[in-house]
Amino acid sequence: MSKPQVGFYWCAACGGCEEAVVDLNEDILKVVSAVDIVFWPVALDFKRSDVEAMADGQMAVCFINGAVRSSEQLEMAELLRRKAKTVIAFGSCSHMGGIPGLANLHGRQAMMDEAYRNVPSMAAGNTVYPQEKSDVPEGSLHLPTLWETVKTLDQVIDVDYYLPGCPPPVNLINDAVGAILSGQLPPKGTVLAPDISLCEECDRKDSKPVDLSLTEFKRPHLAESDPQKCLLAQGFLCLGAVTRKGCGSVCIKGNMPCTGCMGPTSHVVDFGAKALSAMASLAAAKEDQEIDAVMDKIVDPVGTFYRYSLPASLLHRRYQPLADGGKQS
Amino acid sequence: MSDNKPTQGQFEPRIVAFFCNWCTYTAADLAGTARLAYAPNVRVVRIMCSGRLDPQFIVKALREGADGVLIGGCHPGDCHYQEGNYKALRRITLFKRLLASLGIEEGRVRLEWIAASEGEKVQRVINEMTEVVRRLGPLQLELRSRLNGAEVVTEPHAEGVPQGGRV
Repeated sequence: MSKPQVGFYWCAACGGCEEAVVDLNEDILKVVSAVDIVFWPVALDFKRSDVEAMADGQMAVCFINGAVRSSEQLEMAELLRRKAKTVIAFGSCSHMGGIPGLANLHGRQAMMDEAYRNVPSMAAGNTVYPQEKSDVPEGSLHLPTLWETVKTLDQVIDVDYYLPGCPPPVNLINDAVGAILSGQLPPKGTVLAPDISLCEECDRKDSKPVDLSLTEFKRPHLAESDPQKCLLAQGFLCLGAVTRKGCGSVCIKGNMPCTGCMGPTSHVVDFGAKALSAMASLAAAKEDQEIDAVMDKIVDPVGTFYRYSLPASLLHRRYQPLADGGKQS
Repeated sequence: MSDNKPTQGQFEPRIVAFFCNWCTYTAADLAGTARLAYAPNVRVVRIMCSGRLDPQFIVKALREGADGVLIGGCHPGDCHYQEGNYKALRRITLFKRLLASLGIEEGRVRLEWIAASEGEKVQRVINEMTEVVRRLGPLQLELRSRLNGAEVVTEPHAEGVPQGGRV
């Protein structure tokens, strides 16, 4: 019997998810002996034409990491969806939009201006921007269209499962591969991680008081933290209480607060709104001025609470003012 | 997404109100009993306490077609559950800052303390908020997300930027 075929692909991603696959270490040998990897642009020399030549549903599973923000990524996601029986959104970007999703605060033109005009490494007065179509003597050259809005994978194609995390923890990848190979998969749409918050597995949970009342919010680069005590109890915005467990609390072990890359549990619709709710209610302040002073310490609420999930949130992005005040539509 | 389309005449905003059971909802009841007329633009949802108001409710209302969200709770010190309204105040203070970063105008979300006896304050706040949101216009999330260019259209870049071939 031939081995099941597996593909990996990256969209708008940093490459960390590919690292996570390599971090399987020796276990990757077990994976390779059990499956045929038929597509993996970062590591193996297969081309898009090889995927196009496959029969529909030929791949048993395709892991797609990265957010979707260009016409090329959409085409590849749609192609891989056709060719794979099971598609797994791999990592925070694919799952919720991730760090690239914060581009939804700005939009395409602002990003182009920043990258091709404003950055210090660009010669002053540069007016040359990449174009989607350029004519050269040999013919026309085309680049993919960069979108105004970054999207999650499940906003553009049907997704079967999600492997959360930035990047997904090795043990969860192993469990997922094991479940696929044995055919023992949970219901479609499941996030392949425990459905309970990170505090539950945190080493410091015994030092978390039942009633928290914070007089200030601290930022990790501006205050020293006790490496034994609950970070939230110390005033650091640790999102562990609203974040799904399964990462082994690696950030907290490194004495850094949880930033929420694993996303919410299944009981939460909008991660940022819920995280903000949980954190804001912990402040002790009662008067308007006191509350304002405490909240001033959270300098970037969107970047703090929607760090990995702005495209997946109910609002998706920042909105432009209507020039006419909405008088016409 | 069901944006409120401006009609031929005046735009009628759609406002979702979350009123706490013990004070503001009772005050709205009183306004009714006292036959105080107020703008019919508000749809009231009764919650047990303003502290029950999850910010997810606000974004869900905005996403599903509300042009504004009004939250009513007991005055500070009067909460039936002691502290619920303080929690609401902290959450909504921070949440309004977040909404501002996302381009949602300040006047679309309003928190008011209205005691059970303040039927006329229900009338005043609803009328005021209806006018504020009417002036702001329909929320129109879908339209406003496309103002800088639709997702798939290959429109040229801003004027004054020459068509270059270099990448």
